[in-house]
Amino acid sequence: MARVLMKGNEAFGEGAIRAGCRYFFGYPITPQSELPHFLAKRLPEIGGVYLQAESEVSAINMVYGAAAAGARVMTSSSSPGISLMQEGISYIVGAQLPCVIINVMRGGPGLGNIAPAQGDYFQATKGGGHGDYKLIVLAPASVQEIITHMQLAFDLADKYRNPVMVVGDGILGQMMEPVDLEGTGGEMAEPSKPWATTGMRGRKERNIVNSLCIVPEENEKNNLQLAAKYGEIQRSEQRWEEYGLDDAEWVLVAFGTVARVAKGVVDKARKEGIAAGLIRPITLWPFPEKAFNKVIDQVKGFLTVEMSLGQMVEDVRLCVQGRQPVRFLGRPGGMVPSVREVYEELKKMAGVKTCG
Amino acid sequence: MLEEVLIAGFGGQGIMSTGQLLAYAGMQEQKHVAWIPSYGPEMRGGTANCGITLSDTPISSPLVTEPTCLLAMNQPSFEKYAPMVVPGGIIFYNSSLINTGGISVPYPIFAIPANAIAEELGNVRVACNVLLGAYLGYSKVIPVDAAVRALEKVLPPHRHKLIPVNQKALEKGAALGREYRKGGA
Repeated sequence: MARVLMKGNEAFGEGAIRAGCRYFFGYPITPQSELPHFLAKRLPEIGGVYLQAESEVSAINMVYGAAAAGARVMTSSSSPGISLMQEGISYIVGAQLPCVIINVMRGGPGLGNIAPAQGDYFQATKGGGHGDYKLIVLAPASVQEIITHMQLAFDLADKYRNPVMVVGDGILGQMMEPVDLEGTGGEMAEPSKPWATTGMRGRKERNIVNSLCIVPEENEKNNLQLAAKYGEIQRSEQRWEEYGLDDAEWVLVAFGTVARVAKGVVDKARKEGIAAGLIRPITLWPFPEKAFNKVIDQVKGFLTVEMSLGQMVEDVRLCVQGRQPVRFLGRPGGMVPSVREVYEELKKMAGVKTCG
Repeated sequence: MLEEVLIAGFGGQGIMSTGQLLAYAGMQEQKHVAWIPSYGPEMRGGTANCGITLSDTPISSPLVTEPTCLLAMNQPSFEKYAPMVVPGGIIFYNSSLINTGGISVPYPIFAIPANAIAEELGNVRVACNVLLGAYLGYSKVIPVDAAVRALEKVLPPHRHKLIPVNQKALEKGAALGREYRKGGA
């Protein structure tokens, strides 16, 4: 199949449909509105349901209901809208239901702006809502990868009965890139969901979906069960991309759009004789600590680059545990670091004298 | 090869579609391509711009911050973006609507009466493709034919009747671009 040019926001929708998603509940917000726009047209064509809720709070609770009934279901929003959804997300985790949530991040805090940002890293990876819980968080860096991540997101959500969040930013949502759809989706086997509330079907016990667990002893057990699940996810699902890492002395760490900039920096550094490499976390949670352990003895330092005041850098420091220096460069509020400024920072770190 | 093209003008001048045409054509010529629109506050004021990157290697950042080429369709875009073009870059501007005021820049800058040419062709809305044609004719970054072939991909089916006039716009622009290349016109 020939490649097509596709917008990131449309790719989220196309990837979801190819992964078997037939239900979408959401509310428009820049810079992700092309996503609901796309699904509003496509889902009814294939017998699915698109519904624009009256608010993000409603949308996430509609997702909760559809997930309880066993549907492959998703919602999408951008930073302020995702904040509104946090209560519902916590309930969905508590009820151990699968769903996919897209956050095309924009500049904050507050209403902020509609420019690209990564300031919701903490919210996505450390829980976000109330209670002890985790989301699996995927961070694609290209429009092509959005397509493959959507399949992965639904599969992981079903496998672990836990919401999966896919995070992008304004650039990834708005940009168009070539996409090859061949071999994506299509032959998805619907996982069986014996817990879904789809009627008794001859069973003796009713399926009940609930996040209320009023007796502390029982709720502790419930929490420990979640913890065991999260342990398994941390062992099995760490994903990352390595770029020029084999003989790297100076390692950049970046995800999503910024990882693309970082690759440009690695190329530039290599040309000028600095042995630079890149670790690009693909799963932000579970954070790919295995990637760091692999190279910790060979490298001289890490430079984390983010479109925030420094959030992922805390996870990098937890992995590195003081064994090597960890430096940070960030542009918050909707600004994007340039190859030039990251390269200058890398040179400083590597102790290379700059001219002028 | 790394080309970062900024196309800028008023909303409604076909800025976004011309940009997509360039990206699509580049993709079909096996280049790495990225297209990104302005979607921030600047577009709320009625101006529109998009950036297209064409490269032989994977594209690190799709943002066009240091354009190698500017296609300017109106006066405010010209004034805002002409100073951003990198040394060694190039500008094609819509001389039907833009007065350069004798601007002096250290790179080639070419007047293309895009609106006048488009009106002659019978549809002012193809003006932006005249500029694109001029750029391709001059630079040969990708063949003008590739852009012509991409028209049916970028224009929705109900607009396919406009393919011939768009093709003429591209070719007319390309002819001017080639003349500039030879040092004529």
